[in-house]
Amino acid sequence: MTLALDALTILAVSSGAVFFLAGTVGLLRFPDALSRLHALTKADNLGLGLIVFGLLFQMKGPSAALKLVSVWLLALLAGATVAQLIAHAARPGEPRQ
Amino acid sequence: MADFLLAAAGFVLATVALGLVRVLWGPGEVDRIMAAQLLGTGGIAALLLWGEAMNLAAAVDVALTLALLAAFISVAFVKASTRSEADEA
Repeated sequence: MTLALDALTILAVSSGAVFFLAGTVGLLRFPDALSRLHALTKADNLGLGLIVFGLLFQMKGPSAALKLVSVWLLALLAGATVAQLIAHAARPGEPRQ
Repeated sequence: MADFLLAAAGFVLATVALGLVRVLWGPGEVDRIMAAQLLGTGGIAALLLWGEAMNLAAAVDVALTLALLAAFISVAFVKASTRSEADEA
């Protein structure tokens, strides 16, 4: 049972790490600000989400797991808000003040 | 398991640190703040992984604080960069 849980953790955490790598590569390689924002939000939401999901299998009790999920939910809420704000600030054609 | 989690934390931290090159390159302010945002999220992920590997429950609290602060950074940036527009409205 522990082995199966560990395997799930390794799978999910590795996938999350790949999303972080993809987000960084996108941030460095994509040509304009809006597509870079697209890469960034993938790392934010899926990368962190998969890592939290993987860590959930290692939690001892429901309260620790709930706390971990709440970290992700806060990051998700903040990430979504911030992505909208940054996209607004980066919109081409709009004079930046 | 702890070894794997530590390695994953190091990997995530290394990738987001690599992303900081975007702070140097720019070209816009927006690109720079996005690298900082990625560092914030990567820091949260690395803290959670490290806390579980080291069996430190307090790391989750630190990650929670970092999530809060990382959100404030970008909100403050956008607020500062569009201030005059908001004042007119």
